[in-house]
Amino acid sequence: MAMLANTQGIDDVHPKPGERNVDETALPVMTLTGISKSFPGVKALSGVSLQLHPGEVTALVGENGAGKSTIVKILTGIYQPDEGEIAIAGHSVNFPTAQDAGAAGVTAIHQETVLFDDLSVAENIFIGHAPRTKFGLIDRKEMVAKARALLERIGAQIDPHVTLRELGIANKHLVAIARALSIDAKIVIMDEPTASLSHKEIEETYALVERLKAEGKAILFISHKFDEIFRIADRYTVFRDGEMVGAGLISEISERDLVTMMVGRSVDQVFPKRTPQLGKEVLKVVGYSHPTEFEDIGFSLREGEILGFYGLVGAGRSEFMQALFGVTRPSKGAIRIDDRIAVIRDPNEAIRQGIVYVPEDRGKQGAVKGLPIFQNVSLPSLGETSRNGFLRLAEEFRLARDYTRRLDLRAAALDQDIGELSGGNQQKVVIAKWLATKPRVIILDEPTKGIDIGSKAAVHEFMAELAAEGLAVIMVSSEIPEILGMSDRVIVMREGRIAAEFEGADLTPEHLVRAAAGITETDI
Amino acid sequence: MSLATSETSATGRQIPDRLKSAMQRFLGSWELLLLVVAVAVFTINSFASPYFLDPWNLSDATFNFTEKAMIAFAMALLIISGEIDLSVASIIAIASTAMGFAVQMGADTPVLVLIGLGVGLACGAFNGVLVTRLGLPSIVVTIGTMSLFRGLSYIVLGDKAYTGYPPGFAFFGQGYVWWVISFEFVLFAFLAIVFAVLLHRTTFGRAVYSIGNNPVGALFSGIRVPRVKFALFLLTGLMSGVAAICLTSRLGATRPSIAFGWELEVVTMVVLGGVSILGGAGSIPGVVIAAFIMGMVTFGFGLLNVPGIVMSIFIGLLLIAVIALPRIARQVMARRKA
Repeated sequence: MAMLANTQGIDDVHPKPGERNVDETALPVMTLTGISKSFPGVKALSGVSLQLHPGEVTALVGENGAGKSTIVKILTGIYQPDEGEIAIAGHSVNFPTAQDAGAAGVTAIHQETVLFDDLSVAENIFIGHAPRTKFGLIDRKEMVAKARALLERIGAQIDPHVTLRELGIANKHLVAIARALSIDAKIVIMDEPTASLSHKEIEETYALVERLKAEGKAILFISHKFDEIFRIADRYTVFRDGEMVGAGLISEISERDLVTMMVGRSVDQVFPKRTPQLGKEVLKVVGYSHPTEFEDIGFSLREGEILGFYGLVGAGRSEFMQALFGVTRPSKGAIRIDDRIAVIRDPNEAIRQGIVYVPEDRGKQGAVKGLPIFQNVSLPSLGETSRNGFLRLAEEFRLARDYTRRLDLRAAALDQDIGELSGGNQQKVVIAKWLATKPRVIILDEPTKGIDIGSKAAVHEFMAELAAEGLAVIMVSSEIPEILGMSDRVIVMREGRIAAEFEGADLTPEHLVRAAAGITETDI
Repeated sequence: MSLATSETSATGRQIPDRLKSAMQRFLGSWELLLLVVAVAVFTINSFASPYFLDPWNLSDATFNFTEKAMIAFAMALLIISGEIDLSVASIIAIASTAMGFAVQMGADTPVLVLIGLGVGLACGAFNGVLVTRLGLPSIVVTIGTMSLFRGLSYIVLGDKAYTGYPPGFAFFGQGYVWWVISFEFVLFAFLAIVFAVLLHRTTFGRAVYSIGNNPVGALFSGIRVPRVKFALFLLTGLMSGVAAICLTSRLGATRPSIAFGWELEVVTMVVLGGVSILGGAGSIPGVVIAAFIMGMVTFGFGLLNVPGIVMSIFIGLLLIAVIALPRIARQVMARRKA
């Protein structure tokens, strides 16, 4: 490694935070032009462009579903674009595989970095390109020495011998960065690197970004946090609904304009029109707390109401909902359903009390793959369809027929394995399963995540129908159009607490984004 | 699928309940394949040895599998749920030792039966608590208790043996209900029906399948996963206790090496019966046919004076062949299509 400068030397040259030396005439090291990518039923990207400059941080801003992760997957060779050109230093390239992207100098550090927990730090850094002895075996001494040098270079105090499992998330990120440097990456993609870090670890990450800049790396920085974008980025690119809607220098845009650009005014999804008919209070939650995930959550919910929960990834929304559903137990707090105080020890009890949960992780928590559709529908209702513990298949088929027809399920037969259905149709079966239990409160966690537009509309339509029938609906969503289009009232969570609550005229994209990111009115 | 799109209405599509008839499903089933193998083994045996078709010889042959099959029924449920119990043979040893000890104390047949069942249940509960309460993997827990339970028998018995079981106790392993039909065979048939109903016709059985296919999804659907798994360990312990009573009664003596190595034969029987070792799939009829196949193979080889080691080689080959055949057939079909 010719670049093994000592840490001190790098510190001397890197610009102090806040002071920016953007060379506006610098040529981009990587240019993407007219990139399009479609999936069945979804146009994920349409003709987007993106430029990355050496020694600069470009922030990629956009809502969930705007196409950010698709572009990352294209850059790292996981997806192939349908149209468009990728050029590195003026030469057109394409990445048929992830290895090709790595060889071209592109590396990505994800939220949940893909590393090997049971290998040592040095092995993680050099896996796939470890130094060899003359007999072709791995040269451990050389590998450890190189790993130590790399770690020192990024100011990480990590012993190359320890197994990765023993490190915290922040240190794992450092290892991932050392790995990026070991393959001499020119372009580093950081996908929400601070999403699950503590304050101190976040500061260390910023310092590291400055070091990488000083080494001339081009950095694509994806973040939902506006404070950090304005702190460390030099340029921005905004994606919305798969299109690039703006790009420029951070120093020339205000936070307010960036938020407006990101959220946009065009809500091209059509949401069902509803006039909520609110009935009596169904659910009241008081002071629900968990040692690590959420604290002091309290709200009330009425019949016929759709209550939205908005927040960033990691704000504790799903964790709270799962506690409400009995998967985890709260450390404090109480709930009342109708007029009874309810204690919920497991999901079975939650279902009997009338609370059901459509999970975000459909494949693992929602659908029981391997069981046929009708058995998935009847699973929580077996008490109803059976007699004295004996199954009655005719009753199960009747239940499955009734509820899947209401949801307009597309399947070949009701005894087909649920695993053979598309994501949207699996989601319909999961919702059908819960409706068959005749619940009082239905919690939908990211109900339309990763499903096609058609199924999305069907799910929205159906939510409105349920509310009209007097069901109380809680919808967790990170998609602003969905939250705005569906909710009567929205609670915003941030870092495990309720940050704000909006309804009526206050329910605006700007309010939601600011509350979720922790920007107060006076900051703008 | 044309069936799904042929009919549309304003209230959604009419989806047929099933695509294949019961007959079509049976024709493609594992159980049918096993049945063919069973008939083949029976035919070969009857040609190979003139003594095979003798009713008393056939009756004797059933003792080769009845006790193991009783455990295999419960084990099938446990493996379908994604767990396993390798301590079953050691539970037989410790239950038999406890009964032998009770005989020395002057216990009578009803007390011995209660002790056999009770020790089985207690061992099952011990395994169940370790797996469901502490969240330990069952394969590790039951390898541990496999050594633990049998070790206890060795400590109590050393190289001695308990004998002197009361005459009434002999009925369970040596008694005949009618002509050549033994008590054990009747018990085996009765338990086969009980377990088939439990797995295929009750909500408990459905819970077992759902847990085996996706334990998290089952939990999120309101299935009380720990409770069901605990019940399955209890059931497996109880059936090991039942097998301990039958085997001890049949041998009339308890040695610490009793039923040595049976856990693998039981698991082989379950897997041969079509139960997925990964959990989620399998049936009791399959296990019943697999029990007959293993019993007949062992007995046929016995009549031909084939040494025991050759028998175990054959059982091993049979297991691999029966499991590999459908997969090979599928690959050949796929290649022909391509």
